[in-house]
Amino acid sequence: MSAVATHAPAAADDAAPAPGRALLEMTDVSLEFRTRSGTVRALQHVSLSVRRGEIVGLVGESGSGKSVLCYALLGLSDRAARITSGRIDYDGIDLRAASERELQDLRGREIGMVFQNPRAALNPIRTIGRQLEDVLRRHGAVRRADLRERAIEALREVAIADPQRRHRAYPFELSGGMCQRVMIALALCGAPRLLIADEPTTGLDVTTQAAVLALVRERVRASRVATLLITHDLALAADFCDRIVVMHAGHVVETAPTGALFGAPRHPYTQALIASTPAGRDALEELRPIAGGLPDLRREDLPACRFLERCPRALPACRDALAHVAPGAAHAVACNNPLGAP
Amino acid sequence: MSGEPSPDVGVAAEAAARGPGAALPREVLLEAIGLSRRFAIGSGRRAPQLHAVDDVSLRLHRGESVGLVGESGCGKSTLARLLARLIDPTEGAIVFEGRDVGAIRARDFAVSGQRARIQLVFQDATDSLDPRQTAFEAIAEPAVRMRLPGDVAARVRRVADEVGLPSELLGRYPHQLSGGQRARVGIARALCPEPALLVLDEPTAALDVSVQAVVLQLLARLRRERGLTYLFVSHDLNVVRLLCDRVLVMYLGRLVEEGPARAVFDAPAHPYTAALLSAIPGGGRAPEVLPGEVRSPIDPDPSACRFHGRCPAGEAACGRTLPQLEATRAGLPGRRVACLKPRV
Repeated sequence: MSAVATHAPAAADDAAPAPGRALLEMTDVSLEFRTRSGTVRALQHVSLSVRRGEIVGLVGESGSGKSVLCYALLGLSDRAARITSGRIDYDGIDLRAASERELQDLRGREIGMVFQNPRAALNPIRTIGRQLEDVLRRHGAVRRADLRERAIEALREVAIADPQRRHRAYPFELSGGMCQRVMIALALCGAPRLLIADEPTTGLDVTTQAAVLALVRERVRASRVATLLITHDLALAADFCDRIVVMHAGHVVETAPTGALFGAPRHPYTQALIASTPAGRDALEELRPIAGGLPDLRREDLPACRFLERCPRALPACRDALAHVAPGAAHAVACNNPLGAP
Repeated sequence: MSGEPSPDVGVAAEAAARGPGAALPREVLLEAIGLSRRFAIGSGRRAPQLHAVDDVSLRLHRGESVGLVGESGCGKSTLARLLARLIDPTEGAIVFEGRDVGAIRARDFAVSGQRARIQLVFQDATDSLDPRQTAFEAIAEPAVRMRLPGDVAARVRRVADEVGLPSELLGRYPHQLSGGQRARVGIARALCPEPALLVLDEPTAALDVSVQAVVLQLLARLRRERGLTYLFVSHDLNVVRLLCDRVLVMYLGRLVEEGPARAVFDAPAHPYTAALLSAIPGGGRAPEVLPGEVRSPIDPDPSACRFHGRCPAGEAACGRTLPQLEATRAGLPGRRVACLKPRV
């Protein structure tokens, strides 16, 4: 019915990674924000893992907790945020127990980040060439004399025209799309082991997006970087990711290999998201908007399943209990009445 | 300079191809002839010129929905702003409802009676709405400013109802509305003066897919019911394919291809269009990565194809000739392409 559903997942051109040990593993993480208007239960019992060389897509509507999750695992959460339960493991290190110093060191050395708002994330009073050279120097693998050359090369790789000239430019002199690509170059040039990219190609042209994602994938595969890609673009996730994690209102509702998720979604929310995506449709009438909106996460009476009020398959039991079908398996779903049940 | 209006290739055939029962958009609502907009970089008579829009001729027929696509920086927003009469062209004419509105300065157009006839819907209603105005005030403002006849409140309520904005939300400020509701306010505001042409600049880019679907279907319904004409500027080709009858493809200030959306998507004639389409995510195709770099829009070589150097099909002749928009080799209905080596 939809092209999203039928075409092969990402890795037709390059071998899917051999299943390895998880580099990043979040288990049962809950997080809340204490605000004056009440406690926002932003994440509840969230589990997620990313293996080396694997690209995991994190999808869901805005407000579903995707960004909160990645800030939490980086230890960059807002002051009002409190992780109330769960474990975040990075390569055997318990990140929740790590000191700010250890976290800082880890973020600098091993984790590459691409933030949503690149203009705000770049240093406004340093040329982009300098910023790239800072990272390259810090990582120590580049000879001082080669720094400039390598920085220019990094700009060229992310399809920035005239990299020699841009090397001397300040962020305000570049377009939003260019800043975005500079962010990606910065994240990659530190040779990270874990790459976290929050909507890295939003606002880029499709042609640039394709070029940048091809580069990211090539690097990820070659250096076996564990990658977490946060996106609201399902078609992009279908093209690019090995595995998809679907979030709704602070819950992980479904986790599956890309092909299985689009071919046979089990959670009604996943199915609804796919049905509202224009990719592969023949007519506007085929689009199925999702009823309602995300529930207010400050509510005291949030049902056990937070999709309940929007769900066409809801059962009376959904208010008080939420069944986790096959947790830990390749295709897991949190639903009392999943699709495709025997 | 291609000053004379271009022959309207096979509009009838195009309409016929759309099948019986489909509206026949024959009457030309807006025509642009040899439209250019250049921006001087620096000052002085010899200052380099950025050719944002270069010699563009096009027609919009009453009742049709036309998509304008291309990469950022290709001039599509400048073209949209020229056609919406927000900025003045350097050269060329814009004929709208039989009047040469291109000759009216944008400043004067803003207070002319015709301002009401061309309205805009902006990308992100969060940014384009005044945070100090309620939804009601935002929707009413254009009508008040233009001193349109009749009861403004009744007008606002009618149009709010049309876009599916419940009347109890009219007293709210933008931050008290959801993204989808703000988008509806933006659309209602544009519809309030009863325009014939709506220029939509990425109206759903800031929305979630779940909400985008609703807004797209709303736009399609409004066009049907009101007989509106849309110029839909977007870089989301999946959306253009679903919403538009016809598509215009721009590259570095020039139109490089036009034609019925379905036909162009199925078999693009211009190599650039083909590359653009191959890069759409979810298409199940490997994207065609273009070699080389985008040429500079500043004082471009007047006798070379703008796509030369990046074009996978290019040859030496492309560096010596600037191709004009012409019927395709096979004479496909409604289609024109500016390429020496078109694919169809």
